[in-house]
Amino acid sequence: MQALFGQLLIGLINGAFYAMLSLGLAVIFGLLNIINFTHGAQYMMGAFCAWFLLNHGIGGLTLGYWPSLIIAPIVVGIVGIVIERTMLSRLYKLDHLYGLLLTFGLALIIQGLFRNEFGSSGMPYQIPSVLAGGINLGFMFLPIYRAWVIVASLVVCFATWFVIERTKLGSYLRAATENPALVQAFGINVPRMITLTFGFGVGLAALAGVMAAPIYQVNPLMGADLIIVVFAVVVIGGMGSIMGAILTGFGLGIIEGLTKYFWPEASSTVIFVIMVIVLLVRPAGLFGRER
Amino acid sequence: MAAIAERAAIRTAARNQFLVPTLVMVVALAVAPFAGVYPVFIEKALCFALFACAFNLLLGFGGLLSFGHAMFLGTAGYVAAHAAKVWGVTPEIAILAGTAASAALGAVVGALAIRRQGIYFAMITLAIAQMMYFFYVQAPFTHGEDGIQAVPRGHLFGLIDLGDPLAMYYTVLVVFVAAFALIHRIIHSPFGQVLKSIRENEPRAISLGYDADRYKLLAFVLSATLAGLAGALKAIVFQLASLTDVYWTMSGEVVLMTLLGGMGTIFGPVVGAFVIVTLENYLAGFGEWVTIITGVIFVVCVLAFRRGIVGELAAWWARRR
Amino acid sequence: MKAMRRSLLALALAGAFGIGTAQAQMSGNVLKIGVLSDMSSLYTDLAGAGSVVAAKMAVEDSGIEKRGIKVEIVSADHQNKADVGSAIARRWYDSEGVDVIVDVPNSGVALAVAQITKDKNKVFLASGPGSSDLTGKACTPNTVHFTYDTWMLANGTGTAITKNGGNTWFFITADYAFGQALERDTTAAVQKAGGKVLGGVRVPINNQDFSSFLLQAQASKAKVIGLANAGGDTTNSIKQAAEFGIVKGGQQLAGLLVFLTDVHALGLPTAQGLTFTETFYWDQNDHTRAFAKRFAPQDKGIYPTMVHAGVYASLLHYFKAVEALKSDTDGAKIVEKMKSMPTDDPLFGKGSIRVDGRALHPAYLVQVKTPAESKGPWDYYKIVSTIPADQAFRPLADGGCPLVK
Repeated sequence: MQALFGQLLIGLINGAFYAMLSLGLAVIFGLLNIINFTHGAQYMMGAFCAWFLLNHGIGGLTLGYWPSLIIAPIVVGIVGIVIERTMLSRLYKLDHLYGLLLTFGLALIIQGLFRNEFGSSGMPYQIPSVLAGGINLGFMFLPIYRAWVIVASLVVCFATWFVIERTKLGSYLRAATENPALVQAFGINVPRMITLTFGFGVGLAALAGVMAAPIYQVNPLMGADLIIVVFAVVVIGGMGSIMGAILTGFGLGIIEGLTKYFWPEASSTVIFVIMVIVLLVRPAGLFGRER
Repeated sequence: MAAIAERAAIRTAARNQFLVPTLVMVVALAVAPFAGVYPVFIEKALCFALFACAFNLLLGFGGLLSFGHAMFLGTAGYVAAHAAKVWGVTPEIAILAGTAASAALGAVVGALAIRRQGIYFAMITLAIAQMMYFFYVQAPFTHGEDGIQAVPRGHLFGLIDLGDPLAMYYTVLVVFVAAFALIHRIIHSPFGQVLKSIRENEPRAISLGYDADRYKLLAFVLSATLAGLAGALKAIVFQLASLTDVYWTMSGEVVLMTLLGGMGTIFGPVVGAFVIVTLENYLAGFGEWVTIITGVIFVVCVLAFRRGIVGELAAWWARRR
Repeated sequence: MKAMRRSLLALALAGAFGIGTAQAQMSGNVLKIGVLSDMSSLYTDLAGAGSVVAAKMAVEDSGIEKRGIKVEIVSADHQNKADVGSAIARRWYDSEGVDVIVDVPNSGVALAVAQITKDKNKVFLASGPGSSDLTGKACTPNTVHFTYDTWMLANGTGTAITKNGGNTWFFITADYAFGQALERDTTAAVQKAGGKVLGGVRVPINNQDFSSFLLQAQASKAKVIGLANAGGDTTNSIKQAAEFGIVKGGQQLAGLLVFLTDVHALGLPTAQGLTFTETFYWDQNDHTRAFAKRFAPQDKGIYPTMVHAGVYASLLHYFKAVEALKSDTDGAKIVEKMKSMPTDDPLFGKGSIRVDGRALHPAYLVQVKTPAESKGPWDYYKIVSTIPADQAFRPLADGGCPLVK
């Protein structure tokens, strides 16, 4: 029984991570209808940014984990904005398929370049000393860093949801995606909003990357296998719904955790089984709206 | 009278537009081994060309993007390899067994996936393909990462020794040409026309009385079967069936070949497959750059080259007239 | 001045005649080596471009070109895909005149290449892959297996750690053929040494998060946690084990397949205390250190792993056989010659090649140093014990190789 509690807690932690990771993708798809396959590569860039700041720094000044949490998302977000302005915006009039293929190609390029430069084993990155160590909860040993991940994830997820669903800025954004011409007629610069939103979504991916750097090996391919799972989370939660992605992220983490305990060999497959079932029963996802 | 003659002239012109390039292609391929081209390289390109043509049947003519087509390529490969190696059957039976397995899988997956459209359809195919991948990683008969190795080429029909390079080459060529002709037949049949109309405007097709779901399912199964044929053939040619063929990046590669060659054209996938296989061959010495260049091709195609090689050629040809 | 010019001329003439007299018959007049490696995926760092560097150093150090045999090196990326690897091997043998393939750090690809090499009667120096089947049921008269194999790793690490006091084990196994084989072989070694396996968990490959499996390992209270996995799975499990305080809590981590480049990627604070088996370490003696000092600048500063060393050593021995036979055409004959001569190179020392193709050389149980113990870059290992060549590898009779009468 005790072991089960431990596994549930781990599942919750992983769920928090999945939620934060899929948030960026959910924002970009939910609001902009763009399928961003580069999400995994941007997550990886965030982690590498953190590593770079720690080992090389800017102008001789090395920066640790805490500044990286802010700098990395901004840097990668800017890269995302450049991508959107120069390439993605040309494809808005076309089928979504093309946006997907473009971002898929970009992901290959980015991952390939990083791998050529840095090799494939990865780079070391330590947990910041403030968050190191753990607490013995009796039924398990909880690393402090993992507890921090839950807290950070909850804060970021809630803040994002609040901004998009409850503030005026968020309502402009939601209106702009439903009826851009009308909103533009009201004098709001819709293309600029779209660009900034895309940058924000990319920044979220990079933020997840910085949070992952201390616990997962920082290597150029770290996003490649994760991207499919993140897609599954977003699809199950509902491609239009921020809250859906958050809740599904947490939920899926817990289900995966239980599977790892009772039937470990199936833990990779369970997400896809759920995805197929949800797609057949409720194609818009658990919380989404049919478009 | 004149109208009928004119229509006949148009039909003949259309047929010539297909027959002439096809004849050129077949003749070129038939003499290639004697011109010094390495036969196994062309065999690989032909298998992938068949895979891409099968995929294009679904995407270009059916309008359905499947992200999991690798599962048909790989399943047929594993079944064919297992049949040839463990059950010891002759190659044509092994290939038939592989193809049948993919057809069956196609029927099951199709029945599930057809219920949804667009991106949801693609996601279902991706999810099922991932499940199949994890199943194959663990199933003992696939030998996991090692794959099924040393698959015997055997004697075709019990008579022709496929160990002989030329015999293998012409077998692959014959199968490819036959499948290619079949695809052409399908596209230009009434079935193909209805499929295209469903792709263009599904509600209207339904209002005309066509059961759209049945047509889409049939197209899916046909595409899966032909993809399976490509996979089974590949397993015999390379004497090996491995996890690469069921991994999702293989599904991405076939999308790339079709896009690069020209979606919705009949020669496009063949051209696309040959270009990609040649590229991978040529770049094998510069291993690290293969993924990057593949990515660049994707990006360039999507941004500036959407009709693909054959599509652009056809547009240029039409402008010239 | 004049004397020097005359002696130089004399030397040049002698050299020219020397080339003329030592004429050996090479197919296509050149000895062509194919380095088939992983240049873009998991094993890029431990093999990859470094293997090509090692091959070039082998050609230089053997002096074979000075003795009149022209050598050419080609390389390609098999991308860890058996079909890509086998297609390249086939093309190399059929239309590019390659005589020997070396490296191939992937067992699936290696098995395919071994088969093709046998069909075309060339030589395969398997210095990169791990599957012990290459000298077992898949052995051929054209394959020589260098450096390491799964049986040796399992036996070396399992036996040594168990005898050292780590007698209860829990396994975290990558759930595919390679991982299962490692677990099976290590279990056998542990039990033979008097230890007990308390349990284990099978994990899908390419899994990022090991926390729930590490939790189960902690709960089992086993003294040793065996990591029957490789590549990214291993580095992730080790990193997260440090996070969960596994080593601080008194349990020992046993990596079953770890390379120098993995330790470099983890960093000493995370990897310290890790125990595993290797067959080469750059800081062992003056010869290995000299090799490393020459190697690193040519490979982006990466120090040689045992896979790189294996490419070098296997090629040196191959050259000896080719020169003795004065020919490169009959692969099986060359391998037979290699088996008849004892091996001796600066990196692995003295050894031999068995009739099943297995190269025998000593193995070392190593432990990763703490950051305080490390005196310089890449100074990562301390050598705990040495396993002599005749005990390190699977006994000849147990392999099931048809070449063994």
